[in-house]
Amino acid sequence: MSCGADRAGLLLTAAVADHLSQALRVLTLRDYNTRVVVVGTILLGVAAGLIGTFMLLRKRALMGDTISHATLPGIGIAFIVMTALGGDGKSLPGLLLGAVLSSAAGIGCMLAIRHGTRLKDDVALGAVLSVFFGLGVAVLGIVQSMSRGNAAGLESFIYGKTASMLARDAAMIAVAAGLVALVCGLLFKEFALVCFDQEFAAAGGWPVLALDAVMVGLVVAVTVIGLQAVGLILVVALLIIPPAAARFWTDRLSRMLLAAAAIGAISGLAGAMLSALLPHLPAGAIIVIVAGAIFSVSLVIGPRRGVFVRLREHLRLRRTVARQHLLRAMYERVEAITAARVGTAAPTAGGDAAAVPRSALLKARSWSQGYLQRLLRRGQRWGLVEPAGPDSYRLTPAGAVEAARVSRNHRLWEMYLITHADVAPSHVDRDADQIEHVLGHEMVAQLEALMASEASRAAVPPSPHAIERDSNTAAPGSSARGSASG
Amino acid sequence: MAAYESVRNAVAGLSAAKAGLASRLWPATAKMATGDEHPRTAPLSIHDMTVAYHRKPVLWDVDFDAPQGKLIGIIGPNGAGKSTLIKAAMDLVPKVSGRVLIYGKPYAKQRHLVGYVPQRESVDWDFPVSALDVVTMGRYGKIGWCRPVTRKHREAAMEALQRVGMADYAGRQISQLSGGQQQRVFFARALVQDASLYFMDEPFAGVDAATEKAIVALLQELRRAGKTVLVVHHDLQTVSEYFDHLIMLNMRIVAAGPTQDVFTRDNLHRTYGGRLTLLDEAAQAIAQTGGGP
Repeated sequence: MSCGADRAGLLLTAAVADHLSQALRVLTLRDYNTRVVVVGTILLGVAAGLIGTFMLLRKRALMGDTISHATLPGIGIAFIVMTALGGDGKSLPGLLLGAVLSSAAGIGCMLAIRHGTRLKDDVALGAVLSVFFGLGVAVLGIVQSMSRGNAAGLESFIYGKTASMLARDAAMIAVAAGLVALVCGLLFKEFALVCFDQEFAAAGGWPVLALDAVMVGLVVAVTVIGLQAVGLILVVALLIIPPAAARFWTDRLSRMLLAAAAIGAISGLAGAMLSALLPHLPAGAIIVIVAGAIFSVSLVIGPRRGVFVRLREHLRLRRTVARQHLLRAMYERVEAITAARVGTAAPTAGGDAAAVPRSALLKARSWSQGYLQRLLRRGQRWGLVEPAGPDSYRLTPAGAVEAARVSRNHRLWEMYLITHADVAPSHVDRDADQIEHVLGHEMVAQLEALMASEASRAAVPPSPHAIERDSNTAAPGSSARGSASG
Repeated sequence: MAAYESVRNAVAGLSAAKAGLASRLWPATAKMATGDEHPRTAPLSIHDMTVAYHRKPVLWDVDFDAPQGKLIGIIGPNGAGKSTLIKAAMDLVPKVSGRVLIYGKPYAKQRHLVGYVPQRESVDWDFPVSALDVVTMGRYGKIGWCRPVTRKHREAAMEALQRVGMADYAGRQISQLSGGQQQRVFFARALVQDASLYFMDEPFAGVDAATEKAIVALLQELRRAGKTVLVVHHDLQTVSEYFDHLIMLNMRIVAAGPTQDVFTRDNLHRTYGGRLTLLDEAAQAIAQTGGGP
């Protein structure tokens, strides 16, 4: 009994060790075949990432999809022609030439639909994609039923057969990748210009059409080369996903290109390795899944527009707005109290800041008891407000300065929006320390003149709209309001 | 093809009839700047130009000679062909008929003399480039094929950013700029083109007051330097303040000439048709400047 258990244990250990050594062989690239496949998929990922970036920025990401599907009838027809001529029907250069020619025909059809009719791009892309793919499937069906020639394996162009990549396939991918990298390097600024502003490029005499043709030509090259490795359906993913993921990491085109190439390379590497470790998983699919995973991660944590960053900015904005609301509410109360006491609308920035009862603050905004309590606690932590008695608060000296600044900016902006509604600047930071930086000194002086009544210019101008909700303290603001609207 | 032919024929017949009529009815619309000794070398000389999109004509036999060193406004209602006029002058849209000369030669030979500020909405501002990168694009023509951007060119771009008051924003990704700042970046890109003739498509559209002021100052600077600038403009209130000359356009040139001569109630009426609100606005504008009958 124990002897049997021992033997089973030994067998198990041997199996695990075998798996481990197998995994080690894969991971250290000791296998010649694995080496070839890994190099091939990495280079394919790099090439697709580079040219895919420009296609994405040219808003033609889906063109790769159409191009790749349009290769299929060419492959079938090339096989038929080569077999009919008595040659080897599965000679790779011949098949790839057929793929290039039929994808060129697909692009031609697409351009004809786009320019010859009023149909939009998406219609042209979708129609050409499906019709050519259907045509390809039909041609492959004919090929299967032919008596001459052995057509087995042609359908691998649809899904790819990465694991059986040969050294000459990898070499071909290397040549194509080198070409793509070279052209993207040489024509970097030309491509960027056409992608960003084709009209300006055309006005400057750059041949927009020819540059577009070069870009599309590179996409065709990458697609045709990638057919063997990942198949015509999945090669599209390598053209689109790495560039899209790269965009989350940088705002620089050059870095986006490098990031897209790197993400493509990592996808290729990881996909090839994983499928070598787990032989039942097709490499093409794994490559795309890895790329998709990288995209998802980038989407969440990418520093340039990732969900996390946006969330953090949103929280920060909410905090800023809450702080400003508190400061303004305090300031306006103080303003009202001081005005009622001395008959002037301008509270002094420092010293004798009046105490504001919590109940008055509560009325200023639609704050709940609990929220206001939290806000006041935070205000104390920021050193902007301090308790001034049971259930009343006052601005600290620093808080008073900040409150004056915030209120002034707010009112000037409001005034600006009221008087210049048609030219309101978008995307400006309304909390800019100096509103003058955004609107210019003269505009601000003009706005201040509009609002200034008895208050001096350097002080905070009175609010252009009624801020009182307490009817018994509403009187002082009204004279300023009259002059502002005039 | 047939559509083009029919438009061309119709145009040929009409233009002959209209030429006579036009000169009798509106002497003010006759060519301006032909008083100069060399009208052939006007910065921009448009002769009998007709432009059509598909079968719909957008501009009918436009004749215009731009005087040297002036700020020239192009005004007219929506769909009047204002943008099309400057795009056709730069060969960006095909002409059905007519000829355009830039300093006496076709555009293709004179590109280096022309600067362009397209409409701000014509590009995707989410593009991964900085303000400085965009301005540098104005130098690409001088840099040439396949050559990288050198420090010299980046310095020139930086200088232009300085002139439009945007030096602090050079490294900013362009989507993080306000509308007015984006417009200034476009203006800076045209400045580094170092051209003699500028086309600007609505540079004042949707910009803030500070930017409008800055652009007006730059336009005057360009005029002082002897440049000729054509500006598509929308705001009738500021026309007489900003422009020396005016093209009033509504598919054809209704009037063209010095602003004080052509910016009249009659011409506005002919340009904008019976749009009452606009006419009120125009009357106000004229009353403000004291021009017109």
